[in-house]
Amino acid sequence: MDLRFTPEELAFRDEVRGFIRANLPEGTRNKLVEGRPLDKDDTVFWQRTLNKEGWAVYNWPVEWGGTGWSPVKQYLFQDELQQAPAPLPLGFGVTMVGPVLIAFGSEEQKRRYLPPIANLDEWWCQGFSEPGAGSDLASLRTSARRERDRYIVNGQKIWTSLAQYADWMFCLVRTDPQAKKQEGISFLLIDMKSPGITRRPIVTIDGGRDVNEVFFDDVEVPAENLVGEENKGWDYAKFLLGNERTGIARVGTSKERLRRIRELASLTSANGRPFIEDERFREKLAALEVELKALEMTQLRVVAAERSRRDNKPDPASSILKIKGSEIQQATSELLLEVVGPYAMPFEPEGWNEPPVGPEWAATIAPAYFNWRKISIYGGTNEIQKNIIAKAILGL
Amino acid sequence: MDFDLDEEQRLLKESLDRLLSERYAFENRKAYQQSPEGWSREMWAHYAELGLLGLSFAERFGGSEKGAVETMIVMEGFGRALALEPYFATVILGAGFLRYGGSEEQCAALLPQIAAGKLTLAFAHTERDSRYDLAHISTRAVREGEGWVIDGEKGVVLHGDSADRFVVTARTGGGERDREGIGVFLVGAESPGVGRRGYPTQDGLKAAEVTFNRVRVGPEAVLGEPGEALSLVERVVDEAIAALAAEAVGAMAAMHELTLDYLKTRRQFGREIGSFQVLQHRAVDMLMALEQARSMAMYATMMAGEEDGAARSAAVSQAKVQIGRSGRFIAHQAIQLHGGIGMTMEYRVGHYFKRVTMIDSAFGDADHHLKRLARENATRAAA
Repeated sequence: MDLRFTPEELAFRDEVRGFIRANLPEGTRNKLVEGRPLDKDDTVFWQRTLNKEGWAVYNWPVEWGGTGWSPVKQYLFQDELQQAPAPLPLGFGVTMVGPVLIAFGSEEQKRRYLPPIANLDEWWCQGFSEPGAGSDLASLRTSARRERDRYIVNGQKIWTSLAQYADWMFCLVRTDPQAKKQEGISFLLIDMKSPGITRRPIVTIDGGRDVNEVFFDDVEVPAENLVGEENKGWDYAKFLLGNERTGIARVGTSKERLRRIRELASLTSANGRPFIEDERFREKLAALEVELKALEMTQLRVVAAERSRRDNKPDPASSILKIKGSEIQQATSELLLEVVGPYAMPFEPEGWNEPPVGPEWAATIAPAYFNWRKISIYGGTNEIQKNIIAKAILGL
Repeated sequence: MDFDLDEEQRLLKESLDRLLSERYAFENRKAYQQSPEGWSREMWAHYAELGLLGLSFAERFGGSEKGAVETMIVMEGFGRALALEPYFATVILGAGFLRYGGSEEQCAALLPQIAAGKLTLAFAHTERDSRYDLAHISTRAVREGEGWVIDGEKGVVLHGDSADRFVVTARTGGGERDREGIGVFLVGAESPGVGRRGYPTQDGLKAAEVTFNRVRVGPEAVLGEPGEALSLVERVVDEAIAALAAEAVGAMAAMHELTLDYLKTRRQFGREIGSFQVLQHRAVDMLMALEQARSMAMYATMMAGEEDGAARSAAVSQAKVQIGRSGRFIAHQAIQLHGGIGMTMEYRVGHYFKRVTMIDSAFGDADHHLKRLARENATRAAA
């Protein structure tokens, strides 16, 4: 047992840190620090920068442009990006559909889709949730009816993040309505320019427009866009959801948020003293730092265990990463709300062109707090996660 | 970065686990507890044989020169077994003062005896009003000729009832709570002027109130620098907290396992109670608390040897907060999920509950360490 990073790992971390410092546009970094939305171009530019370095699809096999990094290095890479803060390579392509295609796609699909994912020439979105299929995802009803060399898709997806930018959607559709619900689902790749697709933004409580409804009205999808076998889509979806073991806790993001909290709490005064000296507040901050340190160590245990993993069963420690990670991220947003105090109040809606009201950093804080409630909902609610742990790990 | 045990560490763990599963069943423990000393001399001899009593000592002092990870393995095993022996008092605390503050002669005289199981120690430090402040000491050590005369009263001295010698903190100068003016002395338990009143503790161990009435010691009794010894105390206590964290993890893991077994066997309403979602989620919450505590016990282990005192103390405080919170949560849930049987003296789970509760109040509870971290946070931000 040696709980320290090796000199090689430390050198690697410095290399990544140096690269980010030299190449990340200041504007992108500032937006992330200040909690303002990125433009599509910010994300695309940065991913292409990483791709030029050979780092965009760091988690893929080398033959498809991956890095061959150890799990520890992959973790350090993500951690450095999150702490910088810099955008991570777009997850829908790089950590979701990409690995599914590599594992289950045809050679043609891999050659056609993987390079544009790496360079973010094509933006992907995820078509899983439906109005009637949230936590009970397998009850989804969007149908794909086979007609000779194509599928005809009808139905509706919801909560589709960043669908407004998307060129493609990987989509779960029902291909066999008679089968048991998990066994009639297929995994389709759908061109978002296809006739019959309508996207409609959903305005979330923070005023944001990042999630969408997507409607399918007799949309024709070539049969060659089926991934793997028909009616095996549920297996691929489970693979996709269980695939990411590192980075899911977003420890680096929470570290960066805690730095921000300390910075702003030192600038803000309360009762004539810096707010950071407020006894109640600083104890809450210290308690959160303990939780985060524990999560970081738990994350490292999971990462280090990857090397000796033989089966595909989740590490007991990995199961807590998503739940704890989401709770901690949400707690950072609560502490920031506390720091800003009364100037949490002014609402500057989209398109606000006037000078900021109050401290220039204040306006985004309450919206981020509201928005981050989503973290314990998306990707399987924390309650669903607990059901999974109870069954898969505790054997209850 | 590697969290796996190496071959030797695995062997250590296996042989300890074997020893404890053969000779430390819950019924054995009850018998040991009822012996006059409240623990087993026979087990103590087995620990010596396994090399546990000199685990971290230099080879020339009869030790095996192991590190903090090995101590973690041993303490976690003792936590699972609810071991009663004065390992923590003697090997972690007492010998810790010798390793970090003892001269070559002192170490050569005492460490081999400890490693061989022939000498036990106890740390006589806490006083009635000192609570968790390590510098709050009113016991006095006054110079007299070559040696010192010690006067004062020490409380809840763990295993002080049976220890052969005490490691005593005393004030050589300064005011009651000053960081300066603290000395550490070795005092034989049978020395003239030493009085002790032994008693059982809530968690089934033993402790004593110890009085020092004009107790004379020679220059060979001094550990570290008289008047400058607080940093020695802090260093040993930091290591001790890391060890306690590992012991607590052992107890927490055992409580979680007992509870899971119970959820899978106890039937009510015509089915296993573990099929109820509200109890399943509680068991998951316990798992999360356990894994977070385990992570922090590892972190404290990694940092226990850190030379930078501020970084070491901060890490240890963080671990103590997590251990205290996780321990209380897991224990409460373990009792609740067991229902009535969890409340009984004859069932194991309540004894783990009592041990983790006492661990929380040893060397600062969760809130004490949280406040300390919070203060340092504010100082760091202001700097």
